[in-house]
Order: sequence, then C-alpha cells, then structure tokens
Amino acid sequence: MALPKVKEDALAARLAVMPEHAGKGWLAGARAEALARLAAMGLPARRDEYWRYTDPAGLISPEVSAAAPFAAGDETPIFDGIDRLNLVFVDGLFDPAQSDDPALAGVEIERLAEAGGKDIHWAQGVYGVLEARGQTPVQRPLAALATAEATDGVLIRVTGRATRPVALHYVHESNTSDAILHHCVKVEAGAALTLLESGPGAARLTKVLEVEVADGAEFHHIRVQGRDHERRAATHIFARLGARSEFRSFTLTANGRMTRNEAVLELTGDEARAHVAGAAVGDGDFHHDDTVFVTHAAEACESRQVFKKVLMNGATGVFQGKILVKPGAQKTDGYQISQSLLLDEDSQFLAKPELEIYADDVKCSHGSTSGAIDETALFYLQSRGVPRTVAQALLVLAFLAESIQEIADETIAEDIRGRLEAWLARHAAKAGR
Amino acid sequence: MLEINNLHVKLEDEDKVILRGVDLKIGPGEVHAIMGPNGSGKSTLSYVLSGRDGYEVTAGSATLDGQELLEMEPEARAAAGLFLAFQYPVEIPGVGNMTFLRTAVNAQRKARGEEELSAGDFLKLVREKAKALKIDAEMLKRPVNVGFSGGEKKRNEILQMAMLEPRMCILDETDSGLDVDAMKLVSDGVNALRSAGRSFLVITHYQRLLDHIKPDVVHIMAAGRIVKTGGPELALEVETNGYADILNEVG
Repeated sequence: MALPKVKEDALAARLAVMPEHAGKGWLAGARAEALARLAAMGLPARRDEYWRYTDPAGLISPEVSAAAPFAAGDETPIFDGIDRLNLVFVDGLFDPAQSDDPALAGVEIERLAEAGGKDIHWAQGVYGVLEARGQTPVQRPLAALATAEATDGVLIRVTGRATRPVALHYVHESNTSDAILHHCVKVEAGAALTLLESGPGAARLTKVLEVEVADGAEFHHIRVQGRDHERRAATHIFARLGARSEFRSFTLTANGRMTRNEAVLELTGDEARAHVAGAAVGDGDFHHDDTVFVTHAAEACESRQVFKKVLMNGATGVFQGKILVKPGAQKTDGYQISQSLLLDEDSQFLAKPELEIYADDVKCSHGSTSGAIDETALFYLQSRGVPRTVAQALLVLAFLAESIQEIADETIAEDIRGRLEAWLARHAAKAGR
Repeated sequence: MLEINNLHVKLEDEDKVILRGVDLKIGPGEVHAIMGPNGSGKSTLSYVLSGRDGYEVTAGSATLDGQELLEMEPEARAAAGLFLAFQYPVEIPGVGNMTFLRTAVNAQRKARGEEELSAGDFLKLVREKAKALKIDAEMLKRPVNVGFSGGEKKRNEILQMAMLEPRMCILDETDSGLDVDAMKLVSDGVNALRSAGRSFLVITHYQRLLDHIKPDVVHIMAAGRIVKTGGPELALEVETNGYADILNEVG
C-alpha cells in the first residue's frame, strides 16, 4: 500500500538530516532492515489511531526545538547513593571519561558502535528483532527510526546475578541536541540485572531499549527522566519474557515539554510476571503520554500496569494501555490502572484503556479515573494543624503511592518519594487556592 | 476560653441561613454540652469554628483566648489550641496513621515555635497514648481511618486529641455509631484529658454520652440559636420528655 504523501515527505525530510552510518557487520544489516520497515510505515501523523491524543510534530520534525539544560543547583543527583556501575552519555554519545570501567562479574557490556562491526554477535537475536515484533498490530515508526539511525547505545548481556545495578546517565548539554539511542539487554536464564536510567539525554531524545528476559531471569528497571522544561522524548521499551521470568519497570517523569513513553511487553513463557508503572508530575506546558501494550501469549502469567499522573496549570496527561490475551493464554492475571489527579480545571487527562481477550479462563481488570484533590481530606488534615500546602503534598504522594510501590528497592523508592515531595513543595505555591 | 457572640452563618452557595445569633461562653476547664434536634445547626457550629469551607459568617465573632478564630486558616486554629473530633472521621487512603499523627504534631509545634519531636520521642508518646485507648500497632500502621470500624474511627479521633493536647476540644456527635463498650472507652479517653486548663464542647443528640462525660453546663439549640441553658438536669429532661416541651416553652 502506498504511503500517504504527507508521511512520505515527513520521513524524507527527517532522514535527510541524518548522518551516514558507514560500516559492515551485523549492525549494518539490522539498520537496513529497520529503514525498510520505516519506509513502509512513514512517520507518525496526528490521524494515526495511537497519535490522536499526542501531536507527534515536535518528535518527528527535522529540526529540534531549542531546549535549555536544567540547572538542578546543589541537589544530589538521583541514584548517587546507590552503589552502581555508571555509564554516561552526553547529548546521545557515550563518554568513556565520565563513565566507570564497564567490568562487572556476570555482565558483559559493549558499546553498540564497537560491537556492531562484528560478523556474528549475540545481539543479532535482539537488536531490532523485538522492535520489529512490536510493530504489529500497532505501528511504532519512531522505534524503527531508533533502530535504523541510533547514534549510540550499549549492549548488555547478563549471565549471572549482577551484584550492582548498571546505570545509564544521560547528560543534556547542547540546546539543540537530537539524540537517538538504542540499547539491548539480554538476561540469560536464571540471571538478574537492575538497570537504572536517568537524565534527559538531549533537547530531543528518541530511544529504544530492547530486553530479552530468559526463563527464570529477572530484570528490574527504574528510570527518572530529566527535569528540563523544554526537552522532548520518545522512548520505547520492548521486552520479551520467558517462563517464570520477572520484568519490572518504573518511570518517574517530572517536567518536560513532551514525553511519549511506550512499553511493549510480550509474555511468551508460562508463569512470567511483567509489571510496568509510572508516576508523572507536570506543571503548565507539559504533555506526557504512556502508551503500553502487554501481550499474554503463555499460561498463568501476571501483568500489572500502574500509571499515575498529577497535572496542574494546563498540563496534559495521556494513557493508552492495552492487554491482549492470546488464545490459549489461560489463567492470565492482568491488571491495569491509570489515574490522574487534576489540581485545577485547566489540566486534562485522556485515557484509552483496552482489553482484548481470546481465552476463557482469565482474570483481567482495568480502571481509569480522573479527579480533583479530596477537599474533605484536605480539611481534615488542616484541622489537625497541617498547613494546606503540606496537606496537599501528603495527599498527592498518597495518590502516587501505588505506582511507587512497584519499585522493589526500598532505598530508591524512598528517594523518589523525597524528590516528589520537593517538587510538590516547589510547585505548591503556584497551585495555591 | 471560647467566646461566641451573636454568630450568624449562612451557606456560601445558597441563601440558607443556619446560625441565627449564637451566644456561648466556655470558661477554662469547663465541659459544655449542646443538644438539639436534627437541623438545629449543631454540626454547622463545629465546622464554622474549625474553619471548614462552604459557610459564610454574616455577623458575630468567635474568639479563643481573645484571638479571633473566624479570620484564621484551619491549621492556624488548630495550632492555637482548637480541636474538632469529627462526627464522620475522614478516610485518607495512602497516608499512614503514624505519618499523619507525626506530621500534625510537628506542624503544630513548629507553628507555635516549639522544637519538633524526634522520631523516637514521638513513637514512645504515641504508643503510650494508643495503649490507653486500646489502639494496637496494626491500627497505627494502617492508612488513616481506612477499614476502621465506627468505634475504631472514634478512638482514633481521641488519640489525635491526646497527641495534640488542644485546649479547646469540640466533640461532634462522638457517640454516633458507638456500642456501649466503645462509648465507655471513648469517654474514658476524654475524661482522662479533662483538666483545669482544657475545655470541652460536647455536641450530642442523646443524654447517654453525658452519663459518661459529665457536663457542667447544658445548652439546647434550635433553629440556629441557643434557646435554653441549664445544668446537667436539662439533659435528663430532654431524655425523658423530648425536645418538644422545651421548644414550646421557649416559643
């Protein structure tokens, strides 16, 4: 089927500003295949079913709108208190000087550019492969773009239980940086890894993270997206889960002009567990979109989607979440909740929960709510002497609690609660009465 | 301690007048009871004093130790020593009872320029007070009032009162929803707090609560005003004859 001219033109304009990716090896082949997928899809447009609530213009334009890096002052960087292996990217390029020596028992870490030239590599079975599987039934052109045009990335293979988390920190320096990252993680049978991600990465970040979680393996992911007010990001997680494996991902988003976080999870082995959660807080010019697709393709698997957004001063939140239970995926336990707390009448939350079930012995529930802060609870707290702004922060944190509970590491969860509290205190004055 | 003069209150959003000139004076250490039929304005009085939204004061004043209450934010009234035990304590999912108590105690201390209680001192204090009210550790850990029985909620109100040590306590139908044993427990909690420097205003429909919390003065409220004031015998009269006789008598 021919591509509409508008999509074709948009793609041509976007690709025209891309650098050449020279080289041979397996990566060149994977890039070429992704480019072909992308050419067949074109870039997303507002008319596409999954882009109705989010205008892709700022994510697909050839030029990047300027975004100044956020000055965090003397605030302690996130995850600083965690003993971790740190890998730093500046405006989308790996910076060995700021990074730790990538040596960790049971974990192989390679830079995409270096590993890509080889003829044979384990990442061939993951890179672009999970992304390609995730293109049906819903197209995700920006993910194909990241596979085809990645400026950098890491390949992580985990063969044991990693003793420390691997942390990817994305520094944003240039006001007009346009970073495209693509990472692959393969957690082999029985192995375990915690991956931390932090920072905005660039004025605009397009990113794919593919994760293969083999039988009995564990993958925990905690991400804190940068607080730059004008930054834009389109990120994707594609995960495939083997039998009795566990996948957990939590994302905190505070600020950002435009964020689209997609998660595409496929449970292919019996008794696998996938939890994906997010907490987003936005004030003013803030558009945040969680688009999630969970496929149950095996028996007795459990999935949870827990997304909470706090919106004020005209901020917009979007949630599009689907649970697909394939024929034969009996004893599925699927749960999905998306909720927004609107602190004023100018903010909005748009939600599209979907269930599609082809098995008869399953338990699936979904709920979506949108509401204001509970004035009765607020008065109750005030009547006990708690100042209104503190009372409001307590209630907002209580609202976000269910998503933060998805973080397995209590130290990190506590740190994130503290940061949210500080954010709320800074923004409370504006929310006011 | 508490002095209310000619208080007139209407609903903010509609032209409905609820209080029509309430006068009330409670001295230090005194326990006053307000009784009255449904719709007489008893609960409204408690809400207006504690600063709930939705009411408009059209005339009159209410002072606590000479400080005008009606101008203050609810949290400032609390810090000044006012406490309302709610008729329907509010459930707050996601906020732990302990966190709530500690935040409240320390916010008030801070507002009064006192040092905040350390985690250790707070814990010791709350355990001691909770024990007297038969509130177990499990109840302290749960979210505020969530899944509490009617009796547990009221005991939790008294625990807050015990922790915050207010000087002027208003109990809004604290007996509603309580069985005999729970009423005894709650009343014992209140009586333990009675002191020369602390006053109480007990709002109730029934005399039976006043068997446990013995008032010095009883007021009858009707149609937004206090229509009769007397000693404890007034409550007994209501119990025996109902409100009709008194209301007829005062016209």
